[in-house]
Amino acid sequence: MGQVSINENVMDLTPDGPRLKGMRCNNCGNHVFPMQSGCPKCTSDDVEEVQLGTQGTLWAWTIQGFPPKAPPYLGEANPEKFEAYGVGYIELPGQLKVESRLTISDPSLLKIGMEMEIVPETIGMDEEGNELVTFAFAPSA
Amino acid sequence: MSDDVAIVGIGIHPFGRHEGVSGMEQGAIAIRKACEDAKIKWSDLQFAFGGSVAAGSPDHMVSQMGLTGLQFINVVNGCATGGSALISTYNTIKSGAYDIGVAVGFDKHERGAFRVQTGKQGERDWYGGSGMALTTQFFGMKINRYMEEYGITQSSLAKVASKAFRNGSKNENAWRREALGEEEVLQSQMLSYPLTQYMFCSPGEGGVALVLARADQAHKYTDKPIFLKSAVVKSRRYGSFEVLAPSLALDYADGPTVDASKAAFEAAGIGPEDIDVAQLQDTESGAEIMHMAENGFCKHGEQEKMLADGDTEINGRLPVNTDGGCLANGEPVGASGLRQVYENVLQLRGQAGKRQVPNNPKVAYTHVYGAPGISGVTILSA
Repeated sequence: MGQVSINENVMDLTPDGPRLKGMRCNNCGNHVFPMQSGCPKCTSDDVEEVQLGTQGTLWAWTIQGFPPKAPPYLGEANPEKFEAYGVGYIELPGQLKVESRLTISDPSLLKIGMEMEIVPETIGMDEEGNELVTFAFAPSA
Repeated sequence: MSDDVAIVGIGIHPFGRHEGVSGMEQGAIAIRKACEDAKIKWSDLQFAFGGSVAAGSPDHMVSQMGLTGLQFINVVNGCATGGSALISTYNTIKSGAYDIGVAVGFDKHERGAFRVQTGKQGERDWYGGSGMALTTQFFGMKINRYMEEYGITQSSLAKVASKAFRNGSKNENAWRREALGEEEVLQSQMLSYPLTQYMFCSPGEGGVALVLARADQAHKYTDKPIFLKSAVVKSRRYGSFEVLAPSLALDYADGPTVDASKAAFEAAGIGPEDIDVAQLQDTESGAEIMHMAENGFCKHGEQEKMLADGDTEINGRLPVNTDGGCLANGEPVGASGLRQVYENVLQLRGQAGKRQVPNNPKVAYTHVYGAPGISGVTILSA
């Protein structure tokens, strides 16, 4: 029993942590996450898959204060056991702003512009008993 | 301004929770009331556009309304579903294809926040699975950033919610009819920081129908036709900040609300200063604040003073969400945009009772916004 990516089409789980798979447009240089077949900026379909950056700055945030509905949520949805978590957009220089869970859930510790980096977060278990790992952003060490 | 399409009949099924009444039945009841209002029969209608996201295919209602053979087209367009049914009805009459038709919208959603499932077939739904894909998160993030950028306080968020419930208490068709003070709003459960429970609307149930006719025939049906000056639906452009977006561009562009608003004003040949009453999308109280500026009624940041001065109250300079908005009515997606138009027709006819805007309002504005980054605007005149 090990750890597996929540979805290998959007995220590789490496020994160094999660790596997100985005789209880069070869015509205009625009980025989108996750990978898709065409560019919404210039309408070109000459696009390729690239690995997104792992560090950036916090652009917007909120705190998820109630358990999301399951499905689709794979984490703890029982109101008795649920713990609030942060959600935000992290600006990855030269690429895009990616929406992500945040490891911080205390509003007083979150500031727009703060430096953050990607980390793994175990969200649940798959059918074979492996830990399902998604991505989150934490304040840079 | 052209006066070529008029609203000649309106009907509503109360919003809220209605055990044992299907969404479609609520739509059918709204149509019957709208026909009664226009003094016509179902068999007089030449065509229909029907919108529903979660309560079945609207055209199936012909089996209970009457099999007259009319053209009935279903519309599903996210949160602009009702608005899209209206714009389709409007354009059909403008085109000259038919003289009289109905736009109907209804819905019936499960309790709690919208369940958004985005997984592709055969793939694990990583987005919702990871605890994102909640519309509430977008609204929390957008207003949180906006408050910091433009100096809006949490007290203003509470003022908007409190106004909604106060207006809702004057509306017999509203879901939430109990006035709530600002303190109660602030003290309710924090759902998506900085937004508390009573600052959010809830998915709900309800139905609305509007009978539209050629303006030159409107007086056959009503003494008080209300003219539809413009109806616009816009999707988003590259760079806008929208609900349910796993990534955003580094570039920034205005959202679809700004585009729809500009296009609607241009088509009507008037500006924001000419509007006497407005119904603006208030999925949560921050949305109403941001939409005041995005629709051109003030500059970003001016809302703080406008709310403190009571400008958007029923007797204020620009009354906003006079029927209690989404906050007091809930949001049955298919019906929500049509509810706003229903309210404006009442206001322009002078039939809004306890919540009537004073001094005979002449021009009224509606705005919806929602997933996946879509906005609809209408401008009505008496």
